[in-house]
Amino acid sequence: MVENDRWGIFFAHLVLILGVALVVFPVYIAVIASTHPSGTFVRGVMPLLPGPNALENYRTVIFEGRSRAGTPPIGGMLWNSFVMAMAITVGKLSISILSAFAIVYFRFPFRMFFFWVIFLTLMLPVEVRIVPTFQVVADLGMLNSFAGLSIPLIASATATFLFRQFFMTVPEELMEAARVDGAGPLKFFKDILLPLSITNIAALFVIMFIYGWNQYLWPLLITTDPEYYTIVMGIQRMVTGGDSEPLWHLVMATVVLAALPPILVILFMQRLFVKGLTETEK
Amino acid sequence: MQTKRSTFRNGWLPYALLAPQIIITLIFFVWPASQALMQSVYRQGDAFGVRPPTFVGLRNFAMLFDDSLYLNSLKVTLYFSVGTTVLSMGLALLFAVMVNRMIRSKDTYTTFLVWPYAIAPAIAGVLWWFIFNPNIGILPYVLNGIGYDWNHRSSSSDAMILVIVAAAWKQISYNFLFFLAGLQSIPQSLLEAAAIDGASRMKRFWTIVFPLLSPVTFFLLVVNIVYAMFDTFGVIHATTEGGPSQATNILVYKVFRDGFVNLNMGSSAAQSVILMGIVIILTVIQFRYIERRVNY
Repeated sequence: MVENDRWGIFFAHLVLILGVALVVFPVYIAVIASTHPSGTFVRGVMPLLPGPNALENYRTVIFEGRSRAGTPPIGGMLWNSFVMAMAITVGKLSISILSAFAIVYFRFPFRMFFFWVIFLTLMLPVEVRIVPTFQVVADLGMLNSFAGLSIPLIASATATFLFRQFFMTVPEELMEAARVDGAGPLKFFKDILLPLSITNIAALFVIMFIYGWNQYLWPLLITTDPEYYTIVMGIQRMVTGGDSEPLWHLVMATVVLAALPPILVILFMQRLFVKGLTETEK
Repeated sequence: MQTKRSTFRNGWLPYALLAPQIIITLIFFVWPASQALMQSVYRQGDAFGVRPPTFVGLRNFAMLFDDSLYLNSLKVTLYFSVGTTVLSMGLALLFAVMVNRMIRSKDTYTTFLVWPYAIAPAIAGVLWWFIFNPNIGILPYVLNGIGYDWNHRSSSSDAMILVIVAAAWKQISYNFLFFLAGLQSIPQSLLEAAAIDGASRMKRFWTIVFPLLSPVTFFLLVVNIVYAMFDTFGVIHATTEGGPSQATNILVYKVFRDGFVNLNMGSSAAQSVILMGIVIILTVIQFRYIERRVNY
C-alpha cells in the first residue's frame, strides 16, 4: 500500500491473534477437558492444562461407554455417521449431476416444470416440514435404517444448479465433435463431461460430506434404536440424558472425536473446500 | 432458460436421468409440504377415530397469533437472528479486512479462521455450554471475579447470550471467507488513488471498500438470517432446550416441540406453513438480488 505504517500492521496482527484465539479457545478447552479424570470436574473450575487421563478417557468412550449415564460406546456411532455422510454425499452428487445433464443437454416437454420442482427443494429445509416428513418416512417403514437416514436428505437443488452452471460453460464444440464421431448422450457424458467435472465434484464432495456428517435433527427424529445413533446426535443424549451433571471428561472426548473428521477434511482440502463453498452459494 | 445450441434428441432418456431426483423430491419434499398445508387447516381427530379431523379454515393460524407463547417465540427469534447475524458478520468483516492487509501470513491466518465451519451447530452449542457452565465453566469464574453472577439456567438474558455466542462463533468462518473474497476483488488502483489524494485508512474503508462490498454484505445478510432461523436447531436443542421460561424458544424449536413432544399437529403444521412462507420470501429476495446486484 501507499503509506508505510508499522503500527497499523502490528495492530492488525494483534486483532488477528485475538481472533484466532477466540476461534480456537472452545476446542482447546474441549481437548484439555478430555484428558482429565472425572474428579477434576467435581472440585471446581475447569483446568487449562492437560491432565493425565487422555488415553483412558478415549478408550472408555470408544469401546465401553457408560450405559448408566446414557453413553453407549461411540465406536459404532462414528461408523454410523460415516456411512450416513458418505451415502448423502454420493447420493446427492449422483442424482444432481444426472439431472443437470438432462436439463442442459436435452430439450423435452415439461423441462421447465421439472426445473421448478427441483428448485422447490431449496425452499423447504427439513426443519420447516419435520412432522409430515417424519410421517412419510414412518409410513414407508424407513425408521431406524440407513436408507431413512440418508435418502430423504439427498435431493439437492444447490448441487444441481452448480452442475448446470458448469455444464453451460463447457464449449459447444465438444458435444458437436462427439456427435460427429457418433457418440451417443451416455457415452458423451461418461467420456467427456464426467472427466471435465472432476474438480467440481471434488469441491462439492467436501461441502456435502460436512453437511452429511453434521446432520442433527433428522437422525434425532428417526432413530430410536441406539444401533443407528450418529455421533453428533449422540452427544446430546450424553449431555441431557442422565439426571446428574454429565460426565464432562467423556462428553468432551466424544466432542473431540465427533468434530475431528470434518475438521481434517477442511484442513487437508482447504482449496477445494473454499471453491465448493464460494461457488455453490453464488 | 437457456440450453445448449444443439441438444441430444432422445425420447425417454432425459426423463430417466431426472427420475431419481424428481421422485425423491416429490416423496420427501412436495408431499410432506402439502400435508403440512392440509393439516394446518384441520383440527386433528382423536386417536380412537371417534371424532374425525374437522376442517377449521384458518383457525389454527388465528390461534397462533393469539397465543402469547408464539408471539414470544417470534420476538425471541428476532433477537436471536439479529444478534447472531450482527456478531458473526461484524467479527468476520474485521478479521477479513485485517487478513487482507497481510502478505506472507495471509494463508496461515485463513487456515486458522476457517475450520470452525466443520463443527456442527449442536457441537458448537455443547462447547459453549461447557465453557459457560455455572459450576465449573471458565467464563463464569472470570465473570464472577468482576462481580457478575452468570447463570444461564435461571437468567433469560444469560441464556440468550450463550446461544447467540455459540451460533455466531460457528458462522464466523463462513462470513470471513466471503468477505475476504469480496475484498480481494476490489481494485487496488482505487485505494491508491484515494490514498494519494490524502484519504485516511478509515475514510478509504468507509467511502470505498464498504460500499464496494455491499453485494457480498447483502448476500451474507440473507444467508445468515436463514442460518440463524433454521440451522441453529442443534444449538438450542443440545443446550437450553428453549428455556429458561421460553427465553430461547426460537420458531424452529417450537415447531419441533409442539409436533413431537406436545403432539399438537394442527398448530405445528400451521407453524411449519408460516416458516415455509418465511423461507420462500428470503429465497426470492436472494435470487432477485443475484439478478440486480446492489451497486453504486
